Amino acid sequence: MARVIVVTSGKGGVGKTTTSASISSGLALRGFKTAVIDFDVGLRNLDLIMGCERRVVYDLINVVNGEANLNQALIKDKHCENLFILPASQTRDKDALSEEGVEKVLKELEHMGFDYVICDSPAGIEKGAVMALTFADEAIVVTNPEVSSVRDSDRILGILQSKSRRAIEGREPVKEHLMVTRYSPKRVEEGEMLSYKDVQELLRVPLIGVIPESDDVLQASNQGTPAIHLKDSDVATAYQDVVARFLDEDRPLRFVAYEKPGILKRLFGGK
Amino acid sequence: MSLLSYFFGSKPKTASVAKERLSLIIAHERTTNRAPDFLPALQRELIEVISKYVNVGVDDIKVQLEKQDNCEILEVNITLPEQPTR
Repeated sequence: MARVIVVTSGKGGVGKTTTSASISSGLALRGFKTAVIDFDVGLRNLDLIMGCERRVVYDLINVVNGEANLNQALIKDKHCENLFILPASQTRDKDALSEEGVEKVLKELEHMGFDYVICDSPAGIEKGAVMALTFADEAIVVTNPEVSSVRDSDRILGILQSKSRRAIEGREPVKEHLMVTRYSPKRVEEGEMLSYKDVQELLRVPLIGVIPESDDVLQASNQGTPAIHLKDSDVATAYQDVVARFLDEDRPLRFVAYEKPGILKRLFGGK
Repeated sequence: MSLLSYFFGSKPKTASVAKERLSLIIAHERTTNRAPDFLPALQRELIEVISKYVNVGVDDIKVQLEKQDNCEILEVNITLPEQPTR
């Protein structure tokens, strides 16, 4: 059975696509055959983050409409053997995605032997976002430690619990995971930022990981390399931990405690 | 005063303000946004029935569904006028 995972948040700009790219890469690195689908019809960006923008020929809507088959539309990732990207369409027709169409694509991916299908949701609570979460077995809710992001995450959790197929059919509910991104232990320590514990307490969803705020994320997207591949980067390590926890491995939280720089470091600078 | 609070570190932390505001708004939105679809209709019909006997307005009846773990509580709150008309 292919496991369908939606990466969602409600609010935009919190790191959904960055997370989709890194988690799908991480699962592929672990040997799982993985597909990552961009559901942001009209505003596709996963292709840029994955660095395959110049190889896009067909997209999700082409497959749904039967203008191309899945094999033609899936782009093989340049870093991982087992990873395939299905880009979103740049059409402005918001109704191009239908529930039947998405279901057909997911079924076909399953027949092709995929272990995981990651659905990169658009922001908002409109059709595209609902379509991305409809068939989910698990959900990764990406949240910044900031008021509007936390509130929107709660909204999207409500939608997961009412509009997903699992909810509608009364099956076992979608397994939810909370991921806190752009986390700054220093600002938390200083009382300027909600702690991951605060966010978890507010949203009441099990925590799968905390990704520290880092310049590396911009560096990664500049180059079209998912952040998980970066060398000597806290962000890459944090994403690897998330993938491990997702696969039920036990990993303690890292990068959540603030260490005061020592006197030497303060005097002589350094990173 | 500001000098004192500077030394004693009693500056209000914005993170705790954020948490308090969020816990209020999220609790509120959970009860309104996640309410089942029949609640508004139920409220309307209740008003119709009750206003047959007592003079109550739309705002005097509040219907709320609360969830505590596995237990759902339907709370109907009717504010009666001081003197029943009749």
